[in-house]
Amino acid sequence: MSTSAPAGLETALQSGLSPDEYALIIRRLNREPNAVELGVFSVMWSEHCSYKSSRRHLGKFPTKGPCVIRGPGENAGVIDIGDGDAAVFKMESHNHPSFIEPYQGAATGVGGIMRDVFTMGARPIALLNALRFGDPEHPRTRRLVSGVVSGIGGYGNCVGVPTVGGETNFHRGYDGNILVNAMCVGLARTDRIFYSAAPAADLPVVYFGSKTGRDGIHGATMASAEFDADSEAKRPTVQVGDPFAEKLLIEATLELMGTGAVAAIQDMGAAGLTSSCVEMAGKGGVGVELNLDLVPQREADMTAYEMMLSESQERMLAILEPGREAEAERIFTKWGLDAAVIGRTTSTGRIVLRHKGEVVCDVPLAPLTEDAPLYDRPWVEETRAKRLDPAKVPAPEDWTTAILTLVGCPDAASRRWIWEQYDRHVMADTLEESGTAADAAVVRVHGTPKGLALTCDCTPRYVSADAYEGGKQAVAEAWRNLTAVGAQPLAITDNLNFGNPEKPEIMAQFVRAVEGMAEACRVLDFPVVSGNVSLYNETDGRAIPPTPAVGGVGLLSDWSRRAAYSTMAPDDILLVVGVSHGELGASLYLREHLGREDGAPPPVDLQAERRNGDFVRALIRDEAVNAVHDLADGGLALAAAEMALASDLGITLEPSSQLHAHALLFGEDQARYLIATPEPETVIARALEAGVPVSPVGRAGGRSFASGDLFDIPLAVLREVNEGWLPNYMSRTA
Amino acid sequence: MKAAVLVFPGSNCDRDCKVALERSVGAQVSMVWHKETELPAGLDLIVLPGGFAYGDYLRCGAIAALSPVMSAVRDAASKGVAVAGICNGFQVLCEAGLLPGALLRNVGLKYVCKFIDLDVVNGQTRFTAAFGETRTARMTMGNGEGNFFADEDTLDRLEGEGQVVFRYRENPNGSARSIAGIVNEAGNVLGLMPHPDRAFESALGSADGALLFKSVMASA
Repeated sequence: MSTSAPAGLETALQSGLSPDEYALIIRRLNREPNAVELGVFSVMWSEHCSYKSSRRHLGKFPTKGPCVIRGPGENAGVIDIGDGDAAVFKMESHNHPSFIEPYQGAATGVGGIMRDVFTMGARPIALLNALRFGDPEHPRTRRLVSGVVSGIGGYGNCVGVPTVGGETNFHRGYDGNILVNAMCVGLARTDRIFYSAAPAADLPVVYFGSKTGRDGIHGATMASAEFDADSEAKRPTVQVGDPFAEKLLIEATLELMGTGAVAAIQDMGAAGLTSSCVEMAGKGGVGVELNLDLVPQREADMTAYEMMLSESQERMLAILEPGREAEAERIFTKWGLDAAVIGRTTSTGRIVLRHKGEVVCDVPLAPLTEDAPLYDRPWVEETRAKRLDPAKVPAPEDWTTAILTLVGCPDAASRRWIWEQYDRHVMADTLEESGTAADAAVVRVHGTPKGLALTCDCTPRYVSADAYEGGKQAVAEAWRNLTAVGAQPLAITDNLNFGNPEKPEIMAQFVRAVEGMAEACRVLDFPVVSGNVSLYNETDGRAIPPTPAVGGVGLLSDWSRRAAYSTMAPDDILLVVGVSHGELGASLYLREHLGREDGAPPPVDLQAERRNGDFVRALIRDEAVNAVHDLADGGLALAAAEMALASDLGITLEPSSQLHAHALLFGEDQARYLIATPEPETVIARALEAGVPVSPVGRAGGRSFASGDLFDIPLAVLREVNEGWLPNYMSRTA
Repeated sequence: MKAAVLVFPGSNCDRDCKVALERSVGAQVSMVWHKETELPAGLDLIVLPGGFAYGDYLRCGAIAALSPVMSAVRDAASKGVAVAGICNGFQVLCEAGLLPGALLRNVGLKYVCKFIDLDVVNGQTRFTAAFGETRTARMTMGNGEGNFFADEDTLDRLEGEGQVVFRYRENPNGSARSIAGIVNEAGNVLGLMPHPDRAFESALGSADGALLFKSVMASA
């Protein structure tokens, strides 16, 4: 095939473009693109790279605030955490690849998100992940859980960044599309942040890291399409990770940045070399010219098309200050990395690629970047589920069974089997992690009294029932979890996972969830600084439950003043902060004990959220509480059971309330916390003064979890059920 | 006290070891790149840190054991300088022949990260004297190939000569005779799978690891 021959509509359609989009390319170029040019357009215009369906709505998020140094649009968001320190973080999905090849899909998801963070000049210091799997009884689920968990561990453990937190859900809605969202947090100095925009023309463009191979070609396009029966055939589009190479890349990149030789830098992630050079030149308003013969190649006879679309992992592209090539080369050699100057920035506003003496691509950058298609997808008014009257929801006939069902259900059972496979302690700054029973992970800002609190949250069943309230709740829960360890919530990253946006009812979920999240972010002063959108999570026309995952970051000015829920002491009085109406719609009790998924989710009163949270944070700061746990899935019953198990100390609940017992114990009303304190009078007096509702609900002591004549369950039994589910499930053969 | 921490490509606890030594005993620590052929003069301790040297390719520790710096380590060890291999460092020392035995894949076939309780089996070594009457230690472990193996004769000899220094109270990975840490015959080379460098102050869940570094300092 001649490199100049027109690619044709047929090839465009195979590359995931629509007939209209192909026609638009021809209009922009005044001619038909050749195969390489079409390849460049197809990946840059893929949903994954262009955000063409979502971009219009992402503008609704508040992205500014006193702590924000750099909001969305860079590789990761940057916030100021005082004293010249900055936290750099982002969350990103690797859903499609992880479903096809769980180990490599998840591993390269972790690798990719770390690159986004160190590309900005930050050393990665913590990883989290938000995972959603199908029904445990689905024949694929066990293998996917096993592969994803070992992939996450295999990569993060080797690179030496602790995996400190996350969440895992199971639901049949994910049978055909699992979600693997990975979050990375890094630390940098505020005056040493690196960006991707090329600052000028005529600067050297240097490639470094692993060689380019034929793996992951069209990964971004694959991630922008639905699955069908032939999805297995897409395995070759999944990249293969090498965490050892990543570790060397981190050290080399940070060392190179330290020399002052780096003018701009970008990792090669989705759409590989294409997106990195297009974005760097595009953002800088310059042009770029590359000689592909110089690209370090793993295989012989790679075509220009393959090199531009390869998603081989652990590769970076940097633009150097003039005359600094030798210095850079010394560092690459020290770390054993492949590297080459493969081109220069230009002033043409075009991307020009040469290969074997021919120009194989020569197109303007603007249509690939700011003038890429932008869609206002139609959406219908969503149907919002109706509130359930708690009095009409049946109470359990057998309370012990109901409690044990909740404590041992797939969404609430202990995740020990998962997190014991993750190195949570490397870097020796981890204070709270998945294994220590706090609502958020806490890592120290190395060598300082400061700590970062980190969490990942979303309750998909709420978003399914009411996208707007569910979106609000995801943000509010992240804010609450950070607060529950005593941190001041600062900012979020998000990972918006939805189905096919071309369907108006899916687009409605997306739009309403974004609007709900935006509202919560505004009221809670919790701006969005980075994020990722993953659409087309559908198989055979069936979409996943809408899942806007939120990654929250908060700051503890003194990490020694923080709270967990493993630290309740004998004779502590338990108080619930916040109002309980007994909201049972879309609750865990309803689903797990009654087999129903109807009803509206609990509404989120953001003003109450803020007031109650500020109150709890002050109690923690003043060391007036021994333990704190947010009330979420499973309501007071599950929160108290978890606090008892983590503290290895019994709890007797003796709530006095007008509500039905099951509404009070299983209701999932928002903006609430369970606190254990030796000085209830002081706390109640302070609450009165602050206008915060608190109510005594029980007392710590003994060796069982009990409530009046409803239930009395020995802790050992509770623990066996809670700890048993996941390992038993994983060791069963299907 | 003067210490060196070796840095192989893929080491990831090098900084942790440096910080642990500085904070627990105020050691003066140099970082030594694996390509160096000489070590700083006057060392009291050489640490081979945890991580995945050379990505654990081929076998854990196999390639690192051939690094240029290892000749210098061998020389120093033969002259009686204390050498401690932690986690991946233990694997390197076994591959280098400085310690007997080998570390195999964990019996559960999974990476295991958790806090574990150890018995201090021999409190008379250069690495354990400071434990004193305390005969237990709590540390965190994190490895996929920490299953200590040696033939029965070697194990008997290690036990008989007091070379078994730390033993798991609950065996997490199938290690022969629940061995977590051993020393060589001369008693100056230690291999330990759990991490004292992640348990050197109470904020991290345990400060017992600091006793190991204090022991070395007392003997220096």
